[in-house]
Amino acid sequence: MAEENNEKIDSLDPRIMRASLDHSDIDPLESLDQFQTFEVFHQAKRGAQHQHVGIVHAPNPEMALLYAKEQYARRGVTANLWVVPSKYVFATSYFDDDMFDTTPEKIHRDPATYKVMDKIKEYKERQEA
Amino acid sequence: MNSIEALKELLYKMADDQLIIGHRNSEWTGIGPILEEDIAFSSMAQDKIGQSEHLYNLLHQLGESDADTLAFTRNADQFHNSQLTELPIGEYDFSLIRHFLFDFAEMLRFDGLRNSAYMPLAQLAKKFYGEIKYHTMHASTWVRQLGQGNEESKARMQSALNEAWNYALGIFEQGEGETVLQEEKIFEGEASLQEKWLNAITPILEEAGLSIPDKSTWEPKNGGRKGYHTDYLQPLLDEMSEVYSIDPTADW
Repeated sequence: MAEENNEKIDSLDPRIMRASLDHSDIDPLESLDQFQTFEVFHQAKRGAQHQHVGIVHAPNPEMALLYAKEQYARRGVTANLWVVPSKYVFATSYFDDDMFDTTPEKIHRDPATYKVMDKIKEYKERQEA
Repeated sequence: MNSIEALKELLYKMADDQLIIGHRNSEWTGIGPILEEDIAFSSMAQDKIGQSEHLYNLLHQLGESDADTLAFTRNADQFHNSQLTELPIGEYDFSLIRHFLFDFAEMLRFDGLRNSAYMPLAQLAKKFYGEIKYHTMHASTWVRQLGQGNEESKARMQSALNEAWNYALGIFEQGEGETVLQEEKIFEGEASLQEKWLNAITPILEEAGLSIPDKSTWEPKNGGRKGYHTDYLQPLLDEMSEVYSIDPTADW
């Protein structure tokens, strides 16, 4: 994962790499110097999909769940919560967001355009006749 | 003491406990250790004040004054909360330990009351049980976390536990209506509750690496249930009722 790779290179920025800086006098950040973040997923009722609702800071998953309950399940109905360390989320790059450019034009892929209800109605009418 | 008087005694101590600890815990609002914890602790404080209102409403149905009058117009010697609940918030270690000791007692009390012969109270207990269960999950998670943290966090938790312990035993001070409540199957009694409480908290404290003070040093801080309080309660009541006292007839 990205974290482990970072141990082998000083920086992802090629200019920093070329500079061959001496980092030996810089103390690395201690782990948990800041709490990590967890992504929170909320399920309104059993069987429904969990929806992403936001993040919490916490030292571990157990405490993240405690906080998720108060931040995101204090109001409204809740069946279940998930928390996932944010570092385990892999994302597309905004640099590549042009790959989505034509998506809104492909309405033929949208089931809302299907005339299926009309056909079902027609079929039922035929059966009744 | 007849069963109605005994029932009122029970409701008063429960309602007053919830109101006073709710108010105390709300003093952390805005200054909690991190944002998420601030929100969680404040939300639980609000839950407790909400529970107290429902319990005061039950008293009102039994002929006592309405919830606002009961909450805002009595003096310290008319309150029946345990002294544990009125102590100042101290540092976060103390507030957490108090939250842990009190909320486990409260959860087990409501757990038993779910089968109370007094139906309005049984219904309330069923309704609040889940809410209080979360409060105990929050408390035990923190106790384990800090008990197993580093030397400083463990030492602080142990010293807070020692400080709070005898006050916590005062939660279980017996009232005059005890026998009547047991006979009428309204409430199991404080002695039974204390035993369940010890059984519930002991393994969690052990897991956290914390020790319950030696039994030879146990001296329950009783008196709260009969209106004897520390000097900390009256200033709390004065502050809590400050706005109400400006105009008791105002409609909010």
